[in-house]
Amino acid sequence: MFAYIVRRLALMLVTLIGISIIIFVLLRIVPGNIVDILFDAAGFVDPADKANLEKELGLDQPIVIQYLHWIGGLLHGDLGYSYVSEKPALQEILPRIPITARLAGLALLFSASIGIPLGVISAVHQGTRLDYALRVVSLSGLSLPSFWLGLLILMASVSLFGSMPIFNPNPRTWTEAFAIYCVPAMAVGFRSAALTMRITRSSMLEILRQDYIRTARAKGASEASVNYHHALKNAILPVITVIGIEAAFLIGGLIVTETVFNIPGIARFLVEALRWRDYPIVQNLVMLIAVVVVVANFTVDMLYAAIDPRIRYTD
Amino acid sequence: MRSVRTLAAAALSMLAAYDVSLAGEPKQGGILRIYHRDSPGSASIHEGATYSINVPFMPVFNNLVIFNQSIAQNSVDTIVPDLAESWAWSSDHKTLTFKLRQGVKWHDGKPFTSADVKCTFDMLMGKSQQKFRKNPRKSWYDEVADVTTSGDFEASFNLKRPQPALLSLLASGYTPVYPCHVSPADMRTKPVGTGPFKFVEFKANESIKLTRNPDYFKKGLPHLDGIEFNIITNRSTAILGFVSGKFDMTFPTEVSIPLLKDVKSQAPNAVCVVEPNNVSTNIIVNSSSPPFDNIDIRRALALALDRKAFISILFEGQGDIGGTMLPAPGGLWAMPKEMLESIPGYGPDINANREQARKLMQKAGYGSDKHLQVKVSTRNIPIYRDPAIILIDQIKSIYIDAELDVVDTAQWFPKVARKDYSLGLNLTGNAVDDPDQSFYENYSCGSERNYTNYCNKEIEKLFDEQSVETDVNKRKKLVWEIDKKLQEDVARPIIFHARTGTCWQPYVKGVTVMVNSSYNGYRYEDVWMDK
Repeated sequence: MFAYIVRRLALMLVTLIGISIIIFVLLRIVPGNIVDILFDAAGFVDPADKANLEKELGLDQPIVIQYLHWIGGLLHGDLGYSYVSEKPALQEILPRIPITARLAGLALLFSASIGIPLGVISAVHQGTRLDYALRVVSLSGLSLPSFWLGLLILMASVSLFGSMPIFNPNPRTWTEAFAIYCVPAMAVGFRSAALTMRITRSSMLEILRQDYIRTARAKGASEASVNYHHALKNAILPVITVIGIEAAFLIGGLIVTETVFNIPGIARFLVEALRWRDYPIVQNLVMLIAVVVVVANFTVDMLYAAIDPRIRYTD
Repeated sequence: MRSVRTLAAAALSMLAAYDVSLAGEPKQGGILRIYHRDSPGSASIHEGATYSINVPFMPVFNNLVIFNQSIAQNSVDTIVPDLAESWAWSSDHKTLTFKLRQGVKWHDGKPFTSADVKCTFDMLMGKSQQKFRKNPRKSWYDEVADVTTSGDFEASFNLKRPQPALLSLLASGYTPVYPCHVSPADMRTKPVGTGPFKFVEFKANESIKLTRNPDYFKKGLPHLDGIEFNIITNRSTAILGFVSGKFDMTFPTEVSIPLLKDVKSQAPNAVCVVEPNNVSTNIIVNSSSPPFDNIDIRRALALALDRKAFISILFEGQGDIGGTMLPAPGGLWAMPKEMLESIPGYGPDINANREQARKLMQKAGYGSDKHLQVKVSTRNIPIYRDPAIILIDQIKSIYIDAELDVVDTAQWFPKVARKDYSLGLNLTGNAVDDPDQSFYENYSCGSERNYTNYCNKEIEKLFDEQSVETDVNKRKKLVWEIDKKLQEDVARPIIFHARTGTCWQPYVKGVTVMVNSSYNGYRYEDVWMDK
């Protein structure tokens, strides 16, 4: 097991180095750099000014040197300077991480706490009206775009309550704090909940047909014990995989929700930085997302072993 | 002449004051909450080329002179003193001298002097040790030989030749005075001014906060305790925020006509105005390469335009037809209607114009059996894309089959500056309603923003001729001739001048939306809230 973990960690490191190269090269391949963009709408641009700015930002150096400079800084905890705000990239990125993490965490919590129980209920009541109703709900969750749902929620809250739950860094009341995080989390978590519910349902249906479930029932175990103790415990593995993938997706994939609810998280910041070709911000944020994805995958693999004692990682 | 102008300005100020008294005595206090359409790249107005910077940061600064903030139409007659107490032209109109206010302090407590004026303009002219990272309006000061000071409270602009427009350029929201003792880099992140509001913080993609300057040299101003700009890039969210009362005001001149209807239906008490913003939508034609190096094809293109159709489809009729200069009544330099309609393509009979266009196309070798295939390049945002689609539809009638080529914003200006396009649809904004600003920038040979490569030495002489002319009426006539010639030469066919909306809650008072520029009216020192 120890050797397996070491090998996985080494593989993670290689993956991250590979990703860093891909991020760096792809960013430079995209046409247009920050200097072009900064000067874009300006009239009578002096080419010497442009050259000076390229030099100031280090963009006149060969790409390999620029890469080594970035990686060297990264290893020392120096993420460079944002070209746009002229502040340290770390200072720009750090305050945004908890906001997105809170939103993603709440969305995942919503997704798991709604998706798993409803998936179980749907499977246990297969073929009933309740099952059909829940399947319609889950299909809706997968079909409704989150930006549309978000806008609908905003419109409804303006129309019904005369206010709207957009971000406020200093919420005055507990209800405001609840609204600014939980409402967007529900809007984005609805899709995740629907996915979790479908996976839980199909996994449960497969498990409920197993012989050991029949045996448990024959031995007189209660329905609740059969469904939650015997069946769900074994049906949960694919659900964990999906939740792991969703967790990784949510860190970078909240762009639409962050835009609609005006939340200053990392996803919206990443898109803005990309628009400005603010390389230090973009490459560090994408690296952060890559780290989250790799770590989430690793955690899911470890959870398998913890949940199912039959799984043992060996050399 | 000067006294007539002063009298007119005084009369207009009295009218404005009368308006204020009708609205009641201004109340002190309150934070004005405005949503901002995007996150400005920096806080330095001099390094910016978008009003996304002017709107939040103009209240931090003062100019030497400024367009009266309570009069909607900017003109030389509405220019009032700001950091300058008074100004005077020399008899040969080659020296403009400003007497400066005494006792003015920068927000960091240091005194304002003529050295700051010299510093600012030396930097703008590229003559100082300290440099702006970019200096988009350097050409505004091409005719200024140098700026000299006499003591701490007098500064003079010495010109190479008379340029009456200089005063208007100095009155623009784009021309604040910067402090000598703060570096350009610091001005991009923590601006220091003398203005009615002090800078508090700028969180990119989040908010910009300003607070009242208690030591402002204009006693009793500003009325507000502060201004907060919440950056909301999603238009629907922003408008919903305004409707729900989260914001006191929309981002100026950013509400489209269809959205304005939504606002009025959901917030019927909101005060909304629709005004021209001096941004023209125009066609850029690369005249240096085929097929548009052929003047007949360029003329045919201009003749094919049905400008009214553009305005009725995109703005429900709320737009203006004109030449390069903003049409009247908002614009000061527009050609008279009869003159405009005498230009090919501006006549009311669209069918006759297009028949003429088809003949020109046939002369160039195209017809119903041989269409010209082109791409219409434009920036990938609705205000560019939507008119480009209408353009493609209209030029089908003259044997031109065009395909839409949408270009990422980051690539758009570099692409047109490289002249890497054949036919494009572009928007041109004017910070000051003055021919000097528009003609040299967009039509002079070699100018970087002369995207069409249009170059006519004869017309350049006329640019200079109008620029030195001190008699406004004579200058106007020259400007009309130039504008007419530019349209006839199909230098950059103007399709329309847009109008856009601004809304505010009924308790917000003292807001004036400028009608001939969207860059100059954001000092907010007279704004107050009746609540």
